[in-house]
Amino acid sequence: MASFAARAGAWLIVVVALALLFFLASPRAEAFCGFYVGKADASLFNDASQVIMVRRDNRTVISMANDYRGPLAEFALVVPVPTVLERSQIRIGDRTLFERIDSYSAPRLAEYFDPDPCQLAKRDALMARKEALPASAPAQDMRDREKALGVTVEASYTVGEYDIVILSGTQSDGLETWLRENGYRIPKGASAALRPYIRQKMKFFVAKVNLEEQAQTGVSYLRPLQFAFEYDRFMLPVRLGMLNARGPQDLVLYVLTANGRVETTNYRTLKVPANMDLPVYVRGEFAKTYKALFSAQAAREDYRAIFTEYFWDMSWCDPCAANPLSPAELRQAGVYWVGDPAGRGGGQPVMLTRLHLRYTRDSLPEDLVFQETQDRANFQARYVLRHPWTGSPEACEQAKPYFAAVSARQEAEAQALASLTGWDLPGIRTRMALSSQAPARWWETMWK
Amino acid sequence: MEISALTRAAAACDAWRMRYPVLRDARLFQIAFLAALLSIGVLVKDFALRPEQMAIAFAAGIATQAIWIRALRIGHRGLLSAVITCFGLSILLRSDSLWVHPLAAALAISAKFLIRFHGKHLYNPANLGVILAISLLPGAWVSPGQWGQQVVLAGWFVVLGGVVVNRAQRSDIAWVFLAAYLGLVALRVAALGQPWTIWLHQFSNGGLLLFAFFMISDPMTVPNRGSARMAYAVVVAVAAFLWHFELFKPNGLVWALFFCTPLVPIIDRLWPAVKFEWRQPAR
Repeated sequence: MASFAARAGAWLIVVVALALLFFLASPRAEAFCGFYVGKADASLFNDASQVIMVRRDNRTVISMANDYRGPLAEFALVVPVPTVLERSQIRIGDRTLFERIDSYSAPRLAEYFDPDPCQLAKRDALMARKEALPASAPAQDMRDREKALGVTVEASYTVGEYDIVILSGTQSDGLETWLRENGYRIPKGASAALRPYIRQKMKFFVAKVNLEEQAQTGVSYLRPLQFAFEYDRFMLPVRLGMLNARGPQDLVLYVLTANGRVETTNYRTLKVPANMDLPVYVRGEFAKTYKALFSAQAAREDYRAIFTEYFWDMSWCDPCAANPLSPAELRQAGVYWVGDPAGRGGGQPVMLTRLHLRYTRDSLPEDLVFQETQDRANFQARYVLRHPWTGSPEACEQAKPYFAAVSARQEAEAQALASLTGWDLPGIRTRMALSSQAPARWWETMWK
Repeated sequence: MEISALTRAAAACDAWRMRYPVLRDARLFQIAFLAALLSIGVLVKDFALRPEQMAIAFAAGIATQAIWIRALRIGHRGLLSAVITCFGLSILLRSDSLWVHPLAAALAISAKFLIRFHGKHLYNPANLGVILAISLLPGAWVSPGQWGQQVVLAGWFVVLGGVVVNRAQRSDIAWVFLAAYLGLVALRVAALGQPWTIWLHQFSNGGLLLFAFFMISDPMTVPNRGSARMAYAVVVAVAAFLWHFELFKPNGLVWALFFCTPLVPIIDRLWPAVKFEWRQPAR
């Protein structure tokens, strides 16, 4: 009953949250958006961050994974949050969760093999083999100092390998000074960027690595941080992260909701160009191809658009690039309405929107604001490889026209790849073992 | 240079309108402008809108208007405003099904004949259509971010929109609304110490300008008296600002207008004035 009411009233529920992410690290260690994980897929994009965001009503769960590679003592994370978080709202997440959700939603290849044109009657028996490739001081003095700077330490916890403090501030200069005096490496200009959040009465979730605890974890990387809170805004601040950004940065955002596709309200949200045929040689280098494709598309939009790479109801997929997340994994990610032992919220679907954004210091003047639409049309970034039949042109009468059609198709594939990635067309033709020249024009063959 | 060219263009338009009375109807200019806008959106901006959605929406909207005109025997009313409504809905509304656009168009245009006060219809039909669709129909939404943020594009909106609104003789409300809304955004940026690029980003939103020049400035659904119209524009601007920046909800502009529209008959009753007519008398 309650879930029906929630659904019927979904239009009224305005889905808004705030999760402010802000990575501060030493300039040497190159920065904010260093938190992506995964194997082949995630290593596609350097300087990429991965965030899982679960959002329903005002409840928000954020998970952030990082691949920070600088000295651990210099790692710092500052996330503006709406309220002082309790210890129980913060948790160390599991890195494999990111790998799972990444491989499930990554851009993928589908392969088909042309049937023998001589056996057209058997066409129904077309074997379609679909394969998804991974896309891709003394206490009193300290308190006096804090007072002078207008900074209040609202809470402090040690969670896993992280030492966490929740701060509130009254002046941005004071906060910047406090962070610096307490050993956080933060970039110049931080105070101007912090000011709007302070004036909105936000708190700051600040984490650094506790080296002793880290040594005890037995792993060499930093594990993801998760936190759960309620907030009426549905947004993700990327502005702060640009402070020490040099070039474009990538953000891969997995948004889990109950009703429909998520898009930004203050920037354009586009579907990444997909569902076209590409040359079969791409099979061995899909990661490189998709990387070039995404770079070309992001640059074409002047780094001002956010791309949808995947949107699907997680209860099924066809074909699946990887198994969908289990109810236990979804709950771990923060999808609180799934697999509830008390049976509440059962039956509500889980929708996954995978958004990919590449941005520069100047391309996003405003933090990202999202809305959950009522769109339920599935989308996947899928590229098709069609392997030609390997028989001889002399095999039968139908074989000749078949091979003529194949060359026309391969030319179209080469052009599609060139247009998507910005690669050189003759080079692609060479790779495809087509003639590196453009196809003969009609008059060139006319008198031969 | 551009200004003088525009002035010349406007003068040329006036000359044509003296010769051909049908051109005195400002809606023709509105239709031309909206058609250009929709074309840019679909062809260049990848609006998630299917051609068949547009076609069915226009068919349903025009048919609804024709049926009501026939049923109520008001032959002097034409189909132009229905066309404008269908353009507005096509530009703003998104859906994953085929029936949302035509249904919204039919409901919005029917409301124009059914919900009337003092001889005026209450709601701007495109505004009502959008609200009905996103609140009542499943699978309908508005994509406020679809425009991108090209300042050049915004500039064209302002200039061309300005021309259109001047033709409609009730231009004041669009400018007062824009001044009030953007003024509030500027105050917020200053108060929070945000960079001014945020203000520019808000300013260069196609949705804001479309709203100012084609929705709130609909001369049939605003107060008749000039001073009352100004006050009304400010009220809508404040409501939209609060919706967007205090409640953090999307689509503040259309919701604000929807909630403020019932004030119009009250204002008209308290401060009466002459009602607007689309066809301007010959000068």
